[in-house]
Amino acid sequence: MAVTADHIRDKLIKELAAVHVDVEDTSPNRCAASYKVLVVSPQFEGKPLLQRHRMVNTCLAEELKEIHAFEQKTLTPEQWEKQKSQ
Amino acid sequence: MNGLIRAGVSCLRTGAAHYLTRPAGGRVLSAPARFLCASADQQKDLGTMVKKDKVVVFMKGTPAQPMCGFSNAVVQILRMHGVDNYAAYNVLEDQDLRQGVKEFSNWPTIPQVYFNGEFVGGCDILLQMHQNGDLVDELKKLGIESALLDAEKESK
Repeated sequence: MAVTADHIRDKLIKELAAVHVDVEDTSPNRCAASYKVLVVSPQFEGKPLLQRHRMVNTCLAEELKEIHAFEQKTLTPEQWEKQKSQ
Repeated sequence: MNGLIRAGVSCLRTGAAHYLTRPAGGRVLSAPARFLCASADQQKDLGTMVKKDKVVVFMKGTPAQPMCGFSNAVVQILRMHGVDNYAAYNVLEDQDLRQGVKEFSNWPTIPQVYFNGEFVGGCDILLQMHQNGDLVDELKKLGIESALLDAEKESK
């Protein structure tokens, strides 16, 4: 199974109930499959950063085996609204 | 360099030998069993390694010569805060460590940062902690005064 940006987005929306996901394929800048994601989910509410990142890592555990570099940003809907208005 | 090549060749040879002994039956279990044992030892070693120093970084390359942008970012952030005295382990020099630390931390990527034996996170997390000020507080808990605090005082 080839990992694609669409696949990553769909999975995060489905499994983490993400209300907004940006997936950037940064592979052209690097030597192998690389992605940068922004995940906005109410499930992150009240959870520290490390735990949020672990949730994303768990959700994409299979995909991460194929991915060389992975950057992530995890926000609650509230944080996302705040960031957008800045 | 020659040594490296030779080591590679001998590795291949050993691999082939194991493969050939498999059909014989008796030694089929020996390789996985040894692997499990080595891996248990390594997980124990990692437990010691992360506690030995206040700040521990598992990275690609060395602080003087990082071999990956994300590892470099971690080195630069620590440098900005005046943290020079930390243990850095180069996972590129040790494939077992590279895999072992991922299992140990239950974290899929390198670099990985530990404070006082506790897993802090990777590059993204350290960067966000740097940006939101948490890093200064976390360093204080370790008894390390961030150099950024000194810089702030001087500018006042």
